[in-house]
Amino acid sequence: MNNRTMEIAVGLFVALGIAALFMLAMQVSNMSSVGRSESYVITAAFQNIGGLKVRSPVTVSGVRVGRVEAIDYDTQAYEAVVSLRIDNNYATFPEDTSASIFTAGLLGEQYVALEPGGAIANLKPGDRIQLTQSALVMEQIIGQFLYSSAARDTPEPEPEPEPEPETTEP
Amino acid sequence: MLDGLQSLGRATLGFFERLGRGNLFLLQILSHLPGMLLRPRLVLTQLYSVGVLTLLIVLVSGLFVGMVLGLQGYNTLVDFGAEESLGVVVALSLVRELGPVVAALLFAGRAGSALTAEIGLMKATEQLSGMEMMAVDPVQRVVAPRFLAALLSMPLLAAIFSAVGIYGGHFIGVGLLGVDDGAFWSQMQNSVDLRGDIYNGVIKSIVFGFVAGWIAMFEGYDATPTAEGVSRATTRTVVHTALVVLGLDFVLTALMFGD
Repeated sequence: MNNRTMEIAVGLFVALGIAALFMLAMQVSNMSSVGRSESYVITAAFQNIGGLKVRSPVTVSGVRVGRVEAIDYDTQAYEAVVSLRIDNNYATFPEDTSASIFTAGLLGEQYVALEPGGAIANLKPGDRIQLTQSALVMEQIIGQFLYSSAARDTPEPEPEPEPEPETTEP
Repeated sequence: MLDGLQSLGRATLGFFERLGRGNLFLLQILSHLPGMLLRPRLVLTQLYSVGVLTLLIVLVSGLFVGMVLGLQGYNTLVDFGAEESLGVVVALSLVRELGPVVAALLFAGRAGSALTAEIGLMKATEQLSGMEMMAVDPVQRVVAPRFLAALLSMPLLAAIFSAVGIYGGHFIGVGLLGVDDGAFWSQMQNSVDLRGDIYNGVIKSIVFGFVAGWIAMFEGYDATPTAEGVSRATTRTVVHTALVVLGLDFVLTALMFGD
């Protein structure tokens, strides 16, 4: 075996290995999408975060603008406090932006969806989003559904007079 | 009765003796590793025979393992209407488990056995004692470069295995079965974590390279210097490496992903 050929082969092998590692890091994992650009943190307090995890996506109109940075529990207010790290490219959200926790698909992962309001002033880094909507917990929904359908199915002992539906219309 | 007890005792003592010799031998190799910086050419030659010559089998097996994962994953996921997650399934199983483990098993079969046979034959033909007579330390000259080459090649081989496998899964899933290309990659990128999955996979492969190199070196160096002894040592290398890699894989997985 020629010495030069062998060295070229080893060089090729090492280059190929490093290229594979690089490909795994850049293309397969999520390194390219986080930590690259500047970002800032805002927080939001939720009654119930359901299955939200650290690193879950934060979206506006379906566009990913950041990730969940940390999840804490506020023992004073008895609420979960979620820190959202938002990309600096999306730095102008109105003060009355609302945050909701939704589920992607029926069994998918949960994410935070922001809904911009109409205020003129913008959220600053470190601000807290006031308007939040908790995650829907499947058991609660099923429980409510069962309860209401059971209430509808059981025959009432005596037909009560229908209460007049209150109409708000004049 | 007493004979049975005696053979049991001898087997136990022999086992621990071998274990102790193996550990002392490892310390000896490790103490010689820094000296390898002065003689990179020795390592280079071994990188060729250990790494480059293993490349082909790793490439081909990686491709086929990835393609099988793509097929099987698709058939399972399509029942749940989740065939978009095929990329996640293929990438996670390769990066976390199959890449390091299968690459290590192939490495033991292709390179580990060759290393053991080479060193065992050197011992059987008294080349190693010849070196000692010339005041050349065979561990320094023969064993350490091979060990280092195994240690360096394993992570590269495992990474190549995973990368090729992912492309194999991509070829089957996207190319043949019609999974959406964008969903394949984006879901993969969403779920595969650089630190949690890729780094841990690399750590696994380094550990496996260490173990595979150690076992191959020790079996060769410790072989009975006869034709039969060398053949037995070569078999033991493959069997022991496979067992230790699979066992260690469980332990490492439990430590890394067990939470």
